Amino acid sequence: MKYRLGIDVGGTNTDAVIIDNDLNLIAKVKVPTTADVSTGIYEAMHHVLEESGVERDKIEYAMLGTTHCTNAIVERKRLNRVGVLRLGKPATEAIKPMTGWPEDLVEKIGRQYFLTGGGHEFDGRPISAFDENEVRKIMRDLKGKVDSIAVISVFSPVSSEHEERVAAIIREELGDFPVSLSHQIGSIGLLERENATILNAALVEVAKTTAEGFIKALEKENVTSAKVYLCQNDGTLMSADYAMKYPILTIACGPTNSIRGASFLAKNKDAIVLDVGGTTSDIGVVTNGFPRESAVAVDIGGVRTNFRMPDLISIGVGGGTIIRELDGEIKIGPDSVGYRISEEALVFGGNTLTATDLAVRLGMCEVGDKSKVQHIDLKFAEKCFEKIKSMVEQAIEKIKLSSEPQPLILVGGGSILIPDELEGISEVIRPENYEIANAFGASIAQVSGQVEKIFDLSKMTREEAIKEAKETAKQEAIKAGADLDSVEVVEVEDVPLAYLPGNAIRIRVKATGDLKG
Amino acid sequence: MKYIDKDTIEDIALGAALLGTGGGGDPYVGKLMALQAIEEHGPVQLIDPEDVPDDALIVPTAMMGAPTVLIEKIPSGEEIFRAFEGLKSYLNRDIYATVPIEAGGVNSMIPIAVAAQLGLPLIDCDGMGRAFPELQMVTYHLYDISATPMMIADEKGNVLMLKTIDNVWTERLARNATVEMGASVMISIYPMTGKELKKAAIRNIVTFSAKIGKAIRNSRSSNKNPVDVCLEATGGIELFRGKITDVSRKTEGGFVRGEALLEGVEDYSGQNMKVQFQNENLIAIKNGKVVATVPDLICIVNLETAMPVTTERLKYGSRVAVLGIPCDEKWRTPRGIETVGPRYFGYDVDYVPVKELARK
Repeated sequence: MKYRLGIDVGGTNTDAVIIDNDLNLIAKVKVPTTADVSTGIYEAMHHVLEESGVERDKIEYAMLGTTHCTNAIVERKRLNRVGVLRLGKPATEAIKPMTGWPEDLVEKIGRQYFLTGGGHEFDGRPISAFDENEVRKIMRDLKGKVDSIAVISVFSPVSSEHEERVAAIIREELGDFPVSLSHQIGSIGLLERENATILNAALVEVAKTTAEGFIKALEKENVTSAKVYLCQNDGTLMSADYAMKYPILTIACGPTNSIRGASFLAKNKDAIVLDVGGTTSDIGVVTNGFPRESAVAVDIGGVRTNFRMPDLISIGVGGGTIIRELDGEIKIGPDSVGYRISEEALVFGGNTLTATDLAVRLGMCEVGDKSKVQHIDLKFAEKCFEKIKSMVEQAIEKIKLSSEPQPLILVGGGSILIPDELEGISEVIRPENYEIANAFGASIAQVSGQVEKIFDLSKMTREEAIKEAKETAKQEAIKAGADLDSVEVVEVEDVPLAYLPGNAIRIRVKATGDLKG
Repeated sequence: MKYIDKDTIEDIALGAALLGTGGGGDPYVGKLMALQAIEEHGPVQLIDPEDVPDDALIVPTAMMGAPTVLIEKIPSGEEIFRAFEGLKSYLNRDIYATVPIEAGGVNSMIPIAVAAQLGLPLIDCDGMGRAFPELQMVTYHLYDISATPMMIADEKGNVLMLKTIDNVWTERLARNATVEMGASVMISIYPMTGKELKKAAIRNIVTFSAKIGKAIRNSRSSNKNPVDVCLEATGGIELFRGKITDVSRKTEGGFVRGEALLEGVEDYSGQNMKVQFQNENLIAIKNGKVVATVPDLICIVNLETAMPVTTERLKYGSRVAVLGIPCDEKWRTPRGIETVGPRYFGYDVDYVPVKELARK
């Protein structure tokens, strides 16, 4: 039997699991997340390997879901200086790159941006000629001034030709240099895609350190034959090599892993997932085994982007949530004692009334010293729980797709706070190993391929266009390492373009598959 | 003297998204263009139509084409210089000011960017008071003002002048040229005198948009219900509160036609509503009865925040309020109804003002 190692870094804990290739859980550990992130990862890896007793050379895959990249952007630390080349001139000159970015982030990344000819129309015609000499000159100028280059061409999701040509020129001029191509990162919407591409280019060094550090740590544990993957925010994996090129796609993989892991542990592919942590609860939706994606633009570190993120609602309810009574009215949070719960909660001898204390008083769980909460009025505790229940129910109502009652999968350390009966919910499922759903999600992730393109329906039927898009997506998945037989199309979306005669539509297709065994 | 600065642009963009009645394109890209133009050229002077000399030459401006293309192929900013220069030399006259043709959606922002770039004042009025899909759907048309001579300019440097026999021909020829030029172009259109403008335009609409946007933004920090604040600011009425249970869309002749079905919540529990749209929301039917039709404004907003929701963003499961806002009086004339009433869009329904329907 071969095995997989899955690690997920959360705000409070770093979880690790070992599962076998039939996806049975062999071992699990939880260690506190460390400030440098990496130490916690190595710690968790070491303990889970020891505990499992699995032979190190039997580990076939190692998956990491980490917050390294998110932290680097939010903290503005260890970011690369980026050269930005946008192709499309004279189009797009009305809005410069990095417009609307926070000033301190622009400072870190630098203002080395250039606009040049090239790019395409919505139907694939070139906007203006690709100027090879100009691109060469820009690259020579950038030499030594930047660590990484972002290339963005107008309508590159329709035609990536000009971005690829720039990449070839960079190879000739600068050798093996980090290049981020926008068509690999985002969809239609130039500014959001450009933003994500620039952030990606800025993260290349962080990603390299993270991935190489993970590989080194594996080697130190004598795990040398494993294929190494990083988790993406759409619930699929990318190889360590690919992750070093496209680190932005690892942002916010945590909630995705939790939703995917919950779905698998509960053996339910279509449900609402509630992950209750120490400070907040995240509610998402799993559809066909994958998180439903958000339709609105997502801000990262103050920058507007348009890449794939799970649709989530977060509410301020968790195990450490502080409970207060003000003028006879109960106030639930939104603040929390967080990781200090083991000192501050009443049941642990502290002075702060938390949601966990109330749960103990009501006999919903047994943690700490029961006698320390006996003085709490039962009616009061019940009233508090009514309120928490109604907060959760409101969030469920918001995220639901239909009025039909749906099943709810409960995961996370704080899930004891949630009752079994909820409005709009047909059944509350509490899977075994609910506390390590995230790391489990990391270890069962698939690989995917995605395509988004505008098709001109005067040249083909809608069905033909969708068929072509599906085929492209499947090929992309296979390229990413999916097993040919397991590849299936999981998402098809087509939106007609408004105010245009001639019936153009935008089609987006995603295909996924299991990792090749 | 009033000036449009950065904060006002944010407010106008938000108000314009509401007046887009589901269509008109997300003002986001237009907003960034306006902000960049103001940063480079300084604030734009906003003038009252009464202060415009009768014999002054006024040239409205807009983007034409697919908003989805606009967000990818952003303009160069030079297009509009060429379009205005073209008209100026053809008419052999100086241009006094510019003005929007469409207050809803992205076209609320383009004229601000143009005014800043060209150093022209912006007049506080427009030709729709909302968003509409075709060039002849403006109050200027109702007063027999010709859309041409008109200039269409793309970012590549192509400039096209149209001189047509009527405004419906203008729409047909310009629409096809737009596609060939890459589906997003800038236009200068409906050149007119100050006197014509005072007669034909919908007044104070820029100020109105800013007021709506400001009200929605401020409602977040006040204790008032954002939807109520929005109704108060617009003089509209609440038609429904509900949750979207189905959205269907299809393309016909370049337009996205479709409908959203809603199931009532709160006071509307047990009731249903259907909103039909063709880019913009055109008709609202509550429990089988028509409660609002075009040209009155049918706006769908988020139930918690009152943020406008476009037809492209209508999503199964969203909780929304549907608002009915009376259109400008100019649309309620026989010619107005003929141009933009429910029958023009293919509905076998007579137009009855939204507040009259509510009284029935």
